[in-house]
Amino acid sequence: MRKIWIIAKRELAAYFATPVAFVFIAIFVGLTGAFAFYIGDFFDQNQASLQNFFSHHPWLYVLLVPAVAMRLWAEERKSGTIEQLLTLPVTTTQAVLGKFLAAWLFCGIALALTVPMWITVNVLGSPDNGVIVLSYIGSFIVAGAFLSIGICMSALTRNQIVAFILGAAVCFLFTMSGLDMVLNAFRGWAPEAVVDTIASFSFLTRFDGMTRGVVAARDFVFFFSLMAFWLFAAILAVDTRKGA
Amino acid sequence: MTVMVEIDQLSKSFGDFRAVDGISLTVSKGEVLGFLGPNGAGKTTTMRMVAGFLTPSGGTARVCGRDVVQDPTGVKSMLGYLPEGSPSYDDMTVSGFLKFIAEIRGYDGAERNARVENVVARLGLGDVVDRPIDILSKGYRRRVGLAQSILHDPPVLILDEPTDGLDPNQKHQVRSLIAEMAAEKAIIVSTHILEEVEAVCTRAVIISGGRVLADGTASQLRTRLPESHAICVVLPQAAAGAAASHFKALASVAAVFETPAENGNVKLRITPKGETALAAEISAAVRQEGIPAVEVYQDRSSLDDVFRLITTGAAPRAAA
Repeated sequence: MRKIWIIAKRELAAYFATPVAFVFIAIFVGLTGAFAFYIGDFFDQNQASLQNFFSHHPWLYVLLVPAVAMRLWAEERKSGTIEQLLTLPVTTTQAVLGKFLAAWLFCGIALALTVPMWITVNVLGSPDNGVIVLSYIGSFIVAGAFLSIGICMSALTRNQIVAFILGAAVCFLFTMSGLDMVLNAFRGWAPEAVVDTIASFSFLTRFDGMTRGVVAARDFVFFFSLMAFWLFAAILAVDTRKGA
Repeated sequence: MTVMVEIDQLSKSFGDFRAVDGISLTVSKGEVLGFLGPNGAGKTTTMRMVAGFLTPSGGTARVCGRDVVQDPTGVKSMLGYLPEGSPSYDDMTVSGFLKFIAEIRGYDGAERNARVENVVARLGLGDVVDRPIDILSKGYRRRVGLAQSILHDPPVLILDEPTDGLDPNQKHQVRSLIAEMAAEKAIIVSTHILEEVEAVCTRAVIISGGRVLADGTASQLRTRLPESHAICVVLPQAAAGAAASHFKALASVAAVFETPAENGNVKLRITPKGETALAAEISAAVRQEGIPAVEVYQDRSSLDDVFRLITTGAAPRAAA
């Protein structure tokens, strides 16, 4: 546990070693605001609620989270530091979890900087703050699920751009899978059970419930088991491909 | 001598390619083992397996009694390892990087800082501790890598090409550091610079195609050359012909080769029959016949030739 934290600390510092981190945070905070105001018609809703603010988060994460995750392993392999890291007395699991934790904390920092939105709705009206807290937690967990996909894709390649594209593509599939657009493609021929399974993988549907204040244990189980699966895949990918 | 590293039938395949093919060797405390071989011989792959970075396809290695297949983390904690090219996190400062290594190695607070200060002083990194690693020169970067590998004072050190790409002064520094630590550690140094073997190693292993081809001290390896006891006589051109016929007349001389030397002189290279030592006979002949020799010396065949002979099978200087 201690080693995971030491690695996470180093990784988190590495994010802020370049101005890219600040640019990323500015883009995230700017876009979440812009989406809420322009696409979500924040003012015209006449509601003191952040639902329109949160509902766009998964879409932003599809592009932004793979960008956070892409360097985690691809860069280590490209620069050869993976050999330095994995010949220190740490296990691959500790290294993967440390990096994941750092990236997740980084997303958490970006998310925390949107709190002015929360303050704004409290000044303008009296929103259901319980729902907002739940939405923040949900958004953070969705970011973690996307990150676990991104870190696995990053472990597959030494090219950060490839890692980003793979990550964004897989995240996009998970986001889209609950929409009729996707499901209709299956409805014609696949058994209903298959369609339902595909629909159940949708991040959007599950996250939507959270932003409305619905706490369902199965949604948390879904996201955490998804993270566990992709992190496990990432550990395997690092172990089998580290020398390649 | 206590055996510290035991490599046992270690093999590694990448697909169909057998990079390391059953290497076995041991290194004891106080030994500096030179790991030689042409590029692609399997040196780096072998070292990576011993250091726990690559998983062996067959066989194993034990470091201080711990098995790298069963207990990789245990082996890693007994080892100091310098990867080829000493990659380190470029965006970190020297002290930040070394502190990270110290923490991972389990040192905290005052102990951590003391360890870092100790290696910074030992490797002369004082001037650059607060600089980011990516702006450092190659020599400094290598020293950061070395600092990282000895920070926890490990009983076993594995250094992959520690002097590659350094200038002669920096090479000398790295070699003195290795020599300094040699007594209380077991050290494996890979290199393809053969002078390095003579300078720092107590023993050399030559590998090629993933197999051990030779194992011994530098002088033991040298005797594997057929012409390892040749005597050279340098003398003016005018006297060369007569001298050569005198030498050829000696019973124990096999052949005399003539090559041009500096200042209009000629070098006669006299090879013995079998393993006879010619030095006394040749110098007696020089005195008796009044040959105006400028230099007479035993030709210590270079390790480069041994290396070429062993790794390619080509007999060196056969045509000379």
